[in-house]
Amino acid sequence: MKRRGEFTLAAAFAAPTPGVIALFGRSGSGKTTLIEMLAGLLPPDAGEVQLAGRTLTDTRRGIAVAPERRRIGYVFQDARLFPHMTAAGNLRYGQKRAGAAPQFIRFEEVVELLGLGALCGRRPHQLSGGERQRVALGRALLAQPQLLLLDEPLASLDVARREEVLPYLERLRDWLAIPMVYVSHQFDEVLRLATWLVLLEGGRVLADGPVGELSVRAEMRSVLAPDLVGSVVDGLVTRVDPAVGTVELAVGSGRLQASLRDAPAGTRVRVQLLARDIILATQPIHGLSVRNALLGTVVDVTPDDPGSVLVKVDVGGPLVLARISTDALEALRLRPGDAVWALVKAVSTRGHVFRLFGTPPRRD
Amino acid sequence: MSLSLSSAELEALRLSLEVAARSVVFSLPLAVLTAWILTRARFPGRTLFDAFVHLPLVLPPVAVGYVLLLLFGTHGPLGAWLRAHFGIQLPFTTAGAALATAVMTFPLMVRAIRLSLENIDRGLEAAARTLGAAPLDRFLTITLPLMLPGILAGAVTAFAAGLGEFGAVITFAANIPGVTRTLPLALYTAMQSPDGDATALRLAILSLLLGLGGLLAAELLVRRVRRRLGR
Repeated sequence: MKRRGEFTLAAAFAAPTPGVIALFGRSGSGKTTLIEMLAGLLPPDAGEVQLAGRTLTDTRRGIAVAPERRRIGYVFQDARLFPHMTAAGNLRYGQKRAGAAPQFIRFEEVVELLGLGALCGRRPHQLSGGERQRVALGRALLAQPQLLLLDEPLASLDVARREEVLPYLERLRDWLAIPMVYVSHQFDEVLRLATWLVLLEGGRVLADGPVGELSVRAEMRSVLAPDLVGSVVDGLVTRVDPAVGTVELAVGSGRLQASLRDAPAGTRVRVQLLARDIILATQPIHGLSVRNALLGTVVDVTPDDPGSVLVKVDVGGPLVLARISTDALEALRLRPGDAVWALVKAVSTRGHVFRLFGTPPRRD
Repeated sequence: MSLSLSSAELEALRLSLEVAARSVVFSLPLAVLTAWILTRARFPGRTLFDAFVHLPLVLPPVAVGYVLLLLFGTHGPLGAWLRAHFGIQLPFTTAGAALATAVMTFPLMVRAIRLSLENIDRGLEAAARTLGAAPLDRFLTITLPLMLPGILAGAVTAFAAGLGEFGAVITFAANIPGVTRTLPLALYTAMQSPDGDATALRLAILSLLLGLGGLLAAELLVRRVRRRLGR
């Protein structure tokens, strides 16, 4: 817990490792304050931080391990490369100080993993924003941390530069078994990277859990723009149609066509089905361009913006959210337990490839 | 009039360089420490300490020399102690001239160093912490190298100003040829003697060139270091 003037942060969560824990919330929700306390850079007024069974902070017992002894890597929004050293000098800074800590990644591996070969001899001011963040990532990794904190590492980059860094973050998640805490207020980053989601609002944890499970919860409405609300489902690629750029996924008991590239058969992928793009039908429909019709049962109906509701549909395992107007709800007379078809356009799914995890870590 | 320097004039030049160099070497570590305290430390009386450090800028140099004489004179508290324990005598010696110069140029040095310290992004030190660097390690590998432009600028400016320190030197260390008669003191002496016009002019021109050279050197050095830091 931390008080700063009017703002009070009171957050508690525990998450399984490895995986990417996303701290998601609007600006000012306490995300950065929270990870600064994890790193030990900011002392909490009251609280406890534990990492893999080791107590790092415990205000009641007077424990406060110094940041330099926590073995927690930190990637800052503004990279914070040391301007008087080359990229290689920056990379080695933490490595030299890792001391007797077990080395899980070597210099050459980091250079290879993050594509830093050509950058090593350059100074920070000769690097682009995206390159700087990659060096900062490598520098943090070489300190051999047990946990990596990333504070909106893409926020200061334009869209093109983000694409320069995101694939590397995916690589870290998929290839290294290092737990990461990723702070962001961009849901597409969360969708692409996170396995566990912590929703923050006004200094409190609204909800936390696996991304898919949380995506259909009502709390998402208070942290997401209405158009971004939608169920996140994991599926396995069963068939690829490279000519059209679509893949067929096994989702729950049904099949789903999604537009997704670079995902060969057998890949585990995650797609978000935006609530605003889903059409509900009480009987099978023919002669529509919609590629996907998933049969399911209505779980519940929750109010949304005035004039619309969110209908949660169980499609044989995964849950799907559909935003329909209150008029439509009345016309269809939807009640929990009713059978419905959820119609999803293949082109309206936002998909990402997840190579690592067989199944996302589950709490229960 | 001849432009070549007489041996006495060369002696004064050499002495000026020596006194200025010794004063810089002596005061640099202290100036870094003082700048660090003034920028980073929070303690009661900080404003008073700040004013005290800058005092030589506003005091008459003769007053500074006089205070030094009271403190470091043979019967002064510090002078007696130095003499008893180390056999060091400061008044009327080259070392004394260097001390007086150091005190006078100290604020200049502190100001330049402080400015560079204030410009350092504290976030870089926080980053070094998360990479495992303890306080002294952080200071030596991050803070100090980033202060370098200020340290160099401060050292060169103080050196250039030290070449011409007059009031405090003549009061504390007197005007002894070959021992404490630096350039400005030699210039003053020449002006006092009836046939010293040519000497005075040569020494004045020499002082001007040295001062100009010092300031230019400081600027160029700082630019070069800044470029290396990418600023």
